[in-house]
Amino acid sequence: MVLRGTCRQVGEISVVDFSGKITLGEGSSVLRRMIKDLLDQGQAKIILNLEDVDYIDSSGIGELVVAHSAVETAKGELKLLNLTRRVRDIVQITRLFTVFDIQTDEAAALRSFTN
Amino acid sequence: MARNVVPTTQSLEVTLETLVESIDLAESIVKRVSEASGFDEDDIHRIGMAVREGVINAYNYGNSQDRQKKIVLTVEFEGEKMVVRIADEGPGFDLSQVPDPLAEENLLRTSGRGIFIIKAFMDEFTVQRGPQGGAEIVMTKKLPQSVPAPERA
Repeated sequence: MVLRGTCRQVGEISVVDFSGKITLGEGSSVLRRMIKDLLDQGQAKIILNLEDVDYIDSSGIGELVVAHSAVETAKGELKLLNLTRRVRDIVQITRLFTVFDIQTDEAAALRSFTN
Repeated sequence: MARNVVPTTQSLEVTLETLVESIDLAESIVKRVSEASGFDEDDIHRIGMAVREGVINAYNYGNSQDRQKKIVLTVEFEGEKMVVRIADEGPGFDLSQVPDPLAEENLLRTSGRGIFIIKAFMDEFTVQRGPQGGAEIVMTKKLPQSVPAPERA
């Protein structure tokens, strides 16, 4: 299933709800474009809701790292929300849980942004 | 109750074009073979993902996305193992030179995790010179205990 993302605003925070797979090709491109568009619009407080993303490969992980670095460069914050088991496994074995801010509850994720 | 089907085909070889679409195709083929071999859902996922990463490696780094080059995927049964080989037509690579993606200085690299994922998900992994002179990735997974490997004729 091709990756789809829809963005909603909660105050000054952008929540992007993704569904599908983040893999080499179209999936990775969708993620990259959405992050770029948000940053171009000055939206640098971003939650990526991955509740409906059941698959990510190394390219997808690479795009999440790119997103993390781009948001950091823009002096923003990026959080990953509701990782599915398989995505969480990849994030764990690649030690990227030490890099990403991973949240399990949207309300808590929204509160966790610094002012 | 479904019965595990011991595959009677002892090896399967597929020649793939160096296209992004070949990555999904290779993964799908090997997942079907894995399912027919009696692997559980988690192992089917891990094997599929390892194959995916191997073909990505062949596509990106081995064949440099050159559509003139091919990727050869082979699935075989050797004793108690399923053996998957992925061969490209590139220059080959030295496994010892692949950076460790878990090292602190490499964590924020945007690539370089594919080989690591293969090693994490499969029982054995090596790289050798392939039949076409490029790299051949060889990965194995022990067959589920209830399913013996097919006997050779």
